[in-house]
Amino acid sequence: MTPPAAPPRKLVKRRPSETTRQDRLAALGCAVSATLLTWFVMHLLLDSPGWLADLIVAYLLYLAMLYLVTRDRLGRLAASDRLVSTVVVTGALVLLAPLLSLLIYIVAEGAPYLRPGFFTHDMSAVAPTDPVTDTGGLHAVVGTLQQTALTLVLVVPLGVLTAVFLNETRSRFRRPVRIMVDAMSGLPSIVAGLFVYAALIIPGIQAGVGLFSYNGMMATLALTMVMLPTVTRTVDVVLRLVPDGLREASLALGASRARTVWSVVLPTARTGVTTAVILGIARVAGETAPLLFTSFGALGMNANPFSDPQESIPLFIYRFIKQPLENVQQRGYVGALVLILLIFGLFAIARVVGRDRSQRKAKRITVKTQENR
Amino acid sequence: MTDTEVSYVDSPARPLVELTGGPPPGAAELESREIGAWFGDRLVLEGVSLRMPAKEVTALIGPSGCGKSTFLRILNRMHELVPSASLTGEVLLDGKDIYADGTRPQQVRLRIGMVFQKPNPFPAMSIRDNVLAGLKLAGVKCGDKDALVEQSLERAGLWREVRDRLSSPGGALSGGQQQRLCIARSLAVQPNVLLMDEPCSALDPTSTRRIEQTIAEIGHEVTVVIVTHNMQQAQRVSDHCAFFLAAENEPGRVIEHGPTDTIFTAPSDERTYDYVNGRFG
Repeated sequence: MTPPAAPPRKLVKRRPSETTRQDRLAALGCAVSATLLTWFVMHLLLDSPGWLADLIVAYLLYLAMLYLVTRDRLGRLAASDRLVSTVVVTGALVLLAPLLSLLIYIVAEGAPYLRPGFFTHDMSAVAPTDPVTDTGGLHAVVGTLQQTALTLVLVVPLGVLTAVFLNETRSRFRRPVRIMVDAMSGLPSIVAGLFVYAALIIPGIQAGVGLFSYNGMMATLALTMVMLPTVTRTVDVVLRLVPDGLREASLALGASRARTVWSVVLPTARTGVTTAVILGIARVAGETAPLLFTSFGALGMNANPFSDPQESIPLFIYRFIKQPLENVQQRGYVGALVLILLIFGLFAIARVVGRDRSQRKAKRITVKTQENR
Repeated sequence: MTDTEVSYVDSPARPLVELTGGPPPGAAELESREIGAWFGDRLVLEGVSLRMPAKEVTALIGPSGCGKSTFLRILNRMHELVPSASLTGEVLLDGKDIYADGTRPQQVRLRIGMVFQKPNPFPAMSIRDNVLAGLKLAGVKCGDKDALVEQSLERAGLWREVRDRLSSPGGALSGGQQQRLCIARSLAVQPNVLLMDEPCSALDPTSTRRIEQTIAEIGHEVTVVIVTHNMQQAQRVSDHCAFFLAAENEPGRVIEHGPTDTIFTAPSDERTYDYVNGRFG
């Protein structure tokens, strides 16, 4: 392909970096002097109240020094730029810290006792005094998976349809519906559980209707009320991002409105709809309050969500963490670890399912063309 | 148009791929009668009567805001998608009013395709699926989809550039290619009329020339109505021309219409003369 006469020229790849060597040295110098100054002021001159005070003083000193040094070297504009970017990065780190420490804490507490046996038996034959490693959570995992799956089956069609109604129709009822959805998303989750309890379970038990008593399906209904507004609002926002030009193009080809939504709008918003579902899963898989008076919880396995009380992981955690015995409390941490792993797993599945098909195809094609070269 | 050209058109070199459930074959004549249009209470267009002959290219020219695009959108019932829009008058497609009671907009739009100012291929579909989108969306059947894809892309002048990557996404093409893909998508359902709303305004000169060639080729097979701001383009591609103008705070009207040569060389209205010679607008 290459013309024969052209001499081979070495290409040097360059990537201009944001910070220079001097910048990094100055920042390091500021950090060192801020630390030393803090030590001098807080420990030699004053009596430091604790490490947190030291940290705050050191950080403020560092910011001040960085600003002054940069202003001296590069001017006022560069100095305030450096100052603000440092503060922004600090903010991100501060936000990340609780999340990471929570994860590390749960893993450290739960991981030593998590055995494969957790996924093979339930708690019906485990005595409170048995070692923590004997904990069995199969019944809770099954309950959570079934209830989350049933909730998804109810919520995804309803939520997507409501979002389509809000976005793609010209009905006069869009405004009231939108207000309702907003109000519902502020509903405390325990109220959803109470509502199902008061409106369905009490009359159901009195009338002797099997479905309307303590079981996984009732929990699903309560969870549906929690998840529906989350999914509806997210899908609503995502559909609004689909350019109107695509709708017009579809209509101009002779498509009906319904066909346009189904074949053009929803496929275009596919990744966004997946995000909505992920947010919904995250919302309900860890919910405890709506389950308290609905699925009620159990120690033994119940794989039928439509009758009899059913355990789920949040209830499992709640049950054991409030017990007085320490090795029983430890079972709660094992449950918490499994719940986090489960939610990660569900996220991963949702991402794979919702990945943009055309992009995946494009990637494969670029790989192929590169191979051909 | 000379007789030899007409005879060439009447016996096309390549018969179109057969569709079932699509528009009736051939081009159709479009005629508007006393069209007026409102957005809310504001009258934006008044008394537009225009004949757009079959198998010829009609260009709508005029300064911005004179109602050309509104008029174009009235021709395939896209105007009514704007919530506050209303209109008066009638549009005849081969003699039948497309706004008559009982005529569904979907049927009308299937027969009268449209290409928009901004290229808008469906991003979630491959190039091939984009071309075939009209079949799926409008419920048209085709026995030989591969042949239809090839023919549509060829008519839009894009086949040679994309034939090796039909399964890559339509959004990955350049702007000019995307616009030709949109033309191919419109042509795939074999409409009787093709409306084009400033199809080249977002494109570079090379892509513009390519699309003008395409218009020249398909102009023998379907009726084309094109809105353009580019005088030279109108002169190059169109057989007929209509000049729209809106005086201040007044609705747009057709000032003059006729064969393109006449409009550009010997217009009867002074305002037309000024406009086509670049004196204003």
